[in-house]
Formats: sequence, structure tokens, C-alpha cells
Amino acid sequence: MITSAIIPRPLARLPWRLIFLVTGIATFGLIVLYSAAGGSIRPWAMKQAIVFFGFLSIAVGMSWMKESTIKSITFPLYGATLVMLIGVEALGFVSKGAQRWLDLGPIRLQPSEFMKPAIVLTLARFYELVPAGEIRKWRAIWPAMALLGVPAFLILVQPDLGTCIMVVLCGITVMFLAGLPWWIFAAPAAAVAVAAPIAYQLMHGYQKKRIDTFLHPENDPLGAGYHIAQSKIAIGSGGLWGKGFLHGSQSHLDYLPEGHTDFVFATMAEEWGLVGGVILICAFAAVIRWGMRVSQNARTRFAQLAAAGLSATIFFYVSINLAMVMGLAPVVGVPLPLVSFGGSAVMTVMLCLGLLMALERQQRTVARLA
Amino acid sequence: MKHMRITTAHQSLTFSRRMMLLGGAQAVVGGVLVGRMGWLAIAQNEKYQLLSESNRVQLIPVPPRRGWIIDRNGKPIAINRASFRVDIIPQQLEKDRDIVPEVARLLALDEDDVERIRSELSESRGFRPVQVAENVAYEQYAAVTVRLPDLPGVQATRGYSRYYPDGPAVAHLVGYVGTANAKEYEAENKNPLLIIPGFKIGKQGLEKSLEPYLRGEPGGQRVEVTARGKLVKELEPKPDRSGRTVQLTIDQGLQQYAARRMGDESGALVAMDVTTGDMLAFVSMPAFDPNSFSEGIGRTEWRMLSENDHIPLLNKVTQGLYPSGSTIKPAMALAFLKQGIDPKRRVVCNGGYQIGNRYFRCDAVHGAMDMHSAIERSCNTYFWATGLITDPEQTTEMVNYLGYGEEFDLPIPAQRYGTMPSPKWLEKKYHRKWQGYDSANTSIGQGYVLINPLQLAVMPARLAGGKLIQPQLLMAKARKPIPELAVDPAHLDIIRAAMTSVVNDAGTAVASKLPLDGIKMAGKTGTAQVFRLGERGHQSNWALRDHALFIAFAPADKPRYAIGCIIEHGGFGASAAAPIVRDSMTYLFDQQKAWAALAPLEQQWGGSLAERNARQLATFKKASRPVSA
Repeated sequence: MITSAIIPRPLARLPWRLIFLVTGIATFGLIVLYSAAGGSIRPWAMKQAIVFFGFLSIAVGMSWMKESTIKSITFPLYGATLVMLIGVEALGFVSKGAQRWLDLGPIRLQPSEFMKPAIVLTLARFYELVPAGEIRKWRAIWPAMALLGVPAFLILVQPDLGTCIMVVLCGITVMFLAGLPWWIFAAPAAAVAVAAPIAYQLMHGYQKKRIDTFLHPENDPLGAGYHIAQSKIAIGSGGLWGKGFLHGSQSHLDYLPEGHTDFVFATMAEEWGLVGGVILICAFAAVIRWGMRVSQNARTRFAQLAAAGLSATIFFYVSINLAMVMGLAPVVGVPLPLVSFGGSAVMTVMLCLGLLMALERQQRTVARLA
Repeated sequence: MKHMRITTAHQSLTFSRRMMLLGGAQAVVGGVLVGRMGWLAIAQNEKYQLLSESNRVQLIPVPPRRGWIIDRNGKPIAINRASFRVDIIPQQLEKDRDIVPEVARLLALDEDDVERIRSELSESRGFRPVQVAENVAYEQYAAVTVRLPDLPGVQATRGYSRYYPDGPAVAHLVGYVGTANAKEYEAENKNPLLIIPGFKIGKQGLEKSLEPYLRGEPGGQRVEVTARGKLVKELEPKPDRSGRTVQLTIDQGLQQYAARRMGDESGALVAMDVTTGDMLAFVSMPAFDPNSFSEGIGRTEWRMLSENDHIPLLNKVTQGLYPSGSTIKPAMALAFLKQGIDPKRRVVCNGGYQIGNRYFRCDAVHGAMDMHSAIERSCNTYFWATGLITDPEQTTEMVNYLGYGEEFDLPIPAQRYGTMPSPKWLEKKYHRKWQGYDSANTSIGQGYVLINPLQLAVMPARLAGGKLIQPQLLMAKARKPIPELAVDPAHLDIIRAAMTSVVNDAGTAVASKLPLDGIKMAGKTGTAQVFRLGERGHQSNWALRDHALFIAFAPADKPRYAIGCIIEHGGFGASAAAPIVRDSMTYLFDQQKAWAALAPLEQQWGGSLAERNARQLATFKKASRPVSA
């Protein structure tokens, strides 16, 4: 926090450290997009810059929201998002094709994106309402499961496996922090561990093949394993210092597919090397840590759970994308927030950050009053 | 689930604990990601850098120029001739414009070609050229060249194609080249060089067996290409290395002369240096034109060649097997001498000889014959009678020693080495005892005796030089010292003297004396029965006529060269084969005289070899048009 006589108070009270960090990450992302386009701000970097600064202003604006306001809009927001999800599903059913977005004139809304912060806020609000003594009761568990399960199922059948996993992980994180008993998490985890090999045996050939491709992408370098194989080549060939700005052959010669969206990290790593990658990862870690600090310093249970859940959202975004790009997870289509080209991920992350900034401002004001 | 009271304070404690856990888990995940990236970028950097380079850089092979084949004096036998070719580079084609019909019209291509080009274009990968046509005539090449600005993607280039200046004369010696087929491509582990448009490999003869020397090392144009095969930029090229020149022991002039001297006959001629074993001529006629084979032979020409009863597709020198006839007699005589037969011993020829219940008829009533006169006048009776009083096993041993039945170490694929029968062989092969008539048949080169024309030449070469020479084809091959023949030199003199009389005194080939002063030729005629004993002499049916054979060496007193020649169904050896050998031998000593002898003959046959071949093809095409249409 910058305190100076020259800078007006409202400005000085903004969490500048976070804003610098986020702007830094996004700027680096713009540089990578500039290179991915062969050294041109078109077609991606320019568009992305506008989208980023637009959503950054919105996030900063959101930081003046009161906690009570956030609480009051939580359930309506959840409800509206759920209705939109059902709407998308119905629309997809009518047009006989997979659909993820609602066309609202000039804007395309992807309701599953809203669901990520919405589920966090909703579960945080729910557990705030549950009395401390009831937390280990069945009453505290099944409503949360329903609140999480219904949208997760709707997103899964879109089908959008990546977002579904994200929503479920965010929800589970909040439930975990709320203090649900251990077995709620341990039992399903154990069940999955036991069931996975059996399920693999029962799978269809093509489903097995997808899993095999993930485990051994080298065996199918021109087929489904192509993305992972080329991405690993891009990262691995970058070495410590990278091939240099605008010198990534994998991305420039189109060997790396989706080099400006989901696999933008590989494009970056090829040109900036391990050093660039570690810097980027550390920057994200700092953003997430900032969010976790907000949670730790929170005075209310809602703020605690919401801040942790929102930070976790950003964490899952980044870690799932990186694991996928480095060949540690199957390709599920999760972009790298602030870096990948595309508005929806920026929007979601900015919504999360806006809410986090609002919660943080609340803490400071409360602290001042105390 | 344990029932205990959980307070707000308790809940707050749980939250802090679980936050620690979550933070820790996040740190672990972050650590794993950084570790993984380090593993990829540092530990496996080399591997991925290699993969990235192999993605980025592609090599367009540049075919090497094929090595020449030259004769012992450096004259060309197989060379490369500039030729014109037209290719299409798929990535440079304009979209929505089909230029194939236009190019096909300019080059006068037929529908088959157009279809092939279309299918290759649909399978090709961007920067690799697809062949439209090769060996394009200059006018058509020029027609394409001037329209190049209007034909994006079309490339007209000068390349090289194989050329054999002597055409059919060297066909069976050098073979020919051709585009690699799928099997050859697989056999070389899918060598990308083999599928470059216009690249040819040796398919037969020396072109095939000397392939490793002749091919050379391909160079390459290194280019940077995108994943879609679009060329981005050209990098530093890797130079190619031409194939090595191979020098043969062949005398190109003699080779061509002998091939032409054979006229329209079907036969083979081998000439050798008796001191070294160097082969000076290796002729099998008639033959196909290796030039048209290397360009991909037309269907009509192929049919003409395969339907010809003179079998132009067979290499008669190493794969034709014939009874040796009387040309075996000098070897027989040497075997008799070794077994102690007195050369002065006389046998009276009454025109035939009775063995068991069969009467063998000689060509004439020769009267009293000793060894010299029996060879000179080719008296069968002498050899029948003497064969019966000698050991057939030992006789065969000597004949084999002089080259019959032997397989030679030559870079010529597929040699058939024939048969020289002996009692042991007969027992093993036909499970019967050697009879008197077997000795009789063998001693005049009939019966089971089968030799190839190469062996036919090796025998007089060994007799003449007195050395156990081995036929050689490659100049560069390391030579071992040649051992002397393990026979009494006095015996060899007897044989040589008799062979000299064959040509120069009262022998069977006196009509074929060399037209040279001071140089005499020694020889031996042979007439091998094809059909049936007793119906010798002239037959109107070509295929039933006897094979004519002649072996010779010269100069008779100081042997230098030896020649073996067979004319299929030529009739008497003295009349069909000996004059060809005489003229070829003349060529070795006096080329002008030899050419002078050939000129009137070629006029009589109706033009030179090339002219006659062209006429033959034209006639055949005309005759077969209704059939093929």
C-alpha cells in the first residue's frame, strides 16, 4: 500500500502490489502473444490488451463493493448462473450440437465461467450459515454436495471436462476448509484410486486410447499425442535461457498447436526458457499467496472461505494448465489465465481478483475502525 | 462419526490448520511443476533440442551423378547425358487453378500420365517435387520454359540421364538402370534418395553389381519448413558426391566391332588377353537397347524383344548353355597326352566307329589319323577310339582344369556354368554306370557336355598362354600372380601346333586365315548338334540347325589374344563362327582392315546395327498396331 501526500487517498488505498503483479503477468503474456503471431500485435496481442485492461478496471471497480453486498448477491448470482447453464443445455438440445455459450447480442456469455466464483461464494455463504456445532452433521454435507453437483453435472454434459474439474475442485476446497470431516474427502479419493484400474479395464477402446495417449504421448506422435509431444519439445528445447524472443521454431513454424491459447506456456518457455517459466510461476504463486493472506486475515467466516476459494480457483487454473502443457495431466482444455489469448479466462480471474480486492479492502477498513 | 461439541474457536483452529495444509499442497504442486519444467528444459534439453531441429529442418536430397563406366582405354561405355525434365512443386501451385491439363497439353502426355500426376500430387508433401515428365524433347522443354511465368508451381530443369553410346552392343555387359521399385525401396530401409523423381538405380548387369561404386553420395538442400510443409527459407546445402568411375578391361572398339560383325545372327563372343585374363569383349547378340530400358521401355518394344526367337533379353555369355562340339578336342587331346597316349599313335578312320551295338558315324573317311591331324581335320573316330582306352575320370579332370564347368569370380550376376560329365557325376546324377558311348559322346563335346561362351573362351586362353588365367572385368581389381598350367609344356606345343594347322594348313578353318602378314591364328571349329545325330548339315528350319562354334588364339607362335564364339543355329563352325572370330581377331591387330571387311557385309545386311534395329522396331510397331489398339 502506497501512502503519499501527493497521491489521492482512494488511489493510494488500492492494493498496488497485486495490481503490479497481475499487470506484469499480463504484459508478459502480451509479449508472448506478440511473438506467437510472428512478431505482430495482430491478431492477438492488441485484442488481448484491450480485454485485459477492460476487465482490470472492472476488478478495481469491484474492490469498493461491501462484503454485505457480496453476500446479498451470492445466491441470486448462483441461481442465475444455474438457470443460464440449463438454458445453454436446452439450446444445445434444440440445435442438436454441443454448446457452451449464450449469444446475447454483442456479448457471448459462457455461464460455466461464472460458475467458478459463484460456487465458491455460494458454498462460503452456506457454511457461514451452518452453525459451528452442525458442521459434522449430514445436514452440513448434502446441501453443499447438491449445490456443487448440479452445476458440475450440467457443465460435464456440455461437454466441458476442464471447467467441470475446476468447479468441482474449487467447491471441494471450500468444503475442506469449512471443516467437513476427513472421511468425506478421503473415502472418495480412495474409491477413485481403487476404481480407476477397474474402470480402465471396462472402458471402450477409444477411451482407453485417450488414457494411453496421455500416459505415453510418444507412441502416437501424429495423432492424439501430437499436442503433448510438441508442447514438451517446445519446453524442452528452450533450455535454461530459451531460444530468444521471436526465435521459437516450434511456435513460429506451427509445430506447436494452440500456441496462443491453451499451450501459450510452451510458446513462452521455448523463447524464454526455464528462467522465464520460473519467473512466471513465481508471479502466479505471489498472486495466489496474496489471496491466501486475504483469507487468513479475514474477520468473518464468509470472507475466510470465499477468499481461500477464490485464490484456489486461480491456483487450479494455473496448475492444471501447466501440468497439461508439461505432460503431467491429460489435455482437458484449461487456459493459462492472463497469458492465454481469450476473454473468458481473463474475465473469471478478474472477477476473482475483484472480489478478493473487495474483501481485502474490508479488512483494512475494519482494522482501521478497530 | 464422533459426536463432540464443536465451537467457533475450534472451527477457527480447524480452518487455520487446513489452510496450512492447503498452502503446503499448493507449494508442493508448484514445486513439482518447476521440477518438471527443469527436467524437460535442463536434463532432457538435448533430446528435445534434437527433436525440435528435426521438426524445423528438412533435407531435400539432391541426387548424386552416377559414376561413368569406361573401357580399358578410357573410352565411355556408360555416361550421363544432360536431359530435360518437368516437375510440379505442390506448395507453389495456385489454389483453384488446375494446371495439370495445360502442362499435359504442352508435353503431349496421355491420360495415364495425367492420372499418375494427379494421384502423386494428392499424396505429396508440399515442397517435394512431383514428376510430370522426364527426358523431355528440347522443343517441349522450351515450350514449357517460356510459359513458366504463367504456370506457377511448374519447374523445368536440366538433369542427367544414363546414356550408353554403343547401345545394344554393351547391353548384356552393363545392363541398364531404372527407377527403384517398391521392393528395392524397402530393401534399402526406405532410403529417401530412391524416390526422388528421376533417380535411377542399376537393374541388371554391371550397373547392378557395381551399384555401390557407381551411385555416389547424395547431397541435400536443407530447408526450414513449417508443420504444413511450407518452405520458409533455404539453409546451407550439403554437397553431393558423384559416383566413382569404373574402368573395365573391355576394349570398347572391339566390343562394338564384334557386336556389329555378328550381323543378324544370334550368338555370343568373348575375347580375352591370354597373359592376364582381361576380357576384351563380352558380346551377346542380338540385344535390347539399354538406353530405351533406362528411360522406361515402351510396351510395344518390350513385346518385340520378348517374342523374338533370337532371345535378345538373355545374356548368352553367362547364361546360354551349349554343347561344346569339337571345340573340346584340344582339351581332350591334352588329357590323352597326360595319360601317356603317344601323339604319333595312329587310328584309322573308315568313316565311323562301332561301340557296342551302336555305330558312330564320322564326318568323313579320314584314313590314318595321328593326334595332330585328328585335331586339324576334326576326326571324331580318333577321339572315340582314344577316349575308350583312357580313363574318363582323369580326362574330365583335365577338361575341367581348362575351364569347363567352372564358375568364375566376375561382377556379373547369375552365371550358369554347365556340365562336364564324368563317371562319378553320372553315377550321382543318373545312377548308372559310365558306358563306352558316354566316353565317345564326351570326347567330341556332345552328350551331357554343356558350356557357356565364357568357358568357351577361357579354354583356348589357358591352352595358348599356358597360364591358369581367370577372366577379369575390372581394371582396378587387385591381381594375384597367375600360376602356370600344371601340364608338360611339350604337350601344349603339340596342341598349339595342331590348332595352328586347323586354320593355316589342311584344317577345317583354312578359309579363316588372318589377312595379316606374319601373324597367324590358331583355332578349332565346332559344330554342336541341336536336333538329332545323323541329320547334320544345312537345315531349312533355323531352330533345328546346329550351333556353330569356333575358338582361336593369335599370334599362333606367341599367343596374346584368345576368342571363343558361338553362333546359335549357325550351321558349321567353320562357315558361321570362324569368319566372325577372324575379323574380330584382325581388329585387335589392324583396325582399318577389320572395318574394311565389315563395311560390305553391313551393306549386304541392310545398314548398321542401329539402323537395322530402328527399322525392325518400326516394322513391328506397324504390324502389331491392330493387336495393341
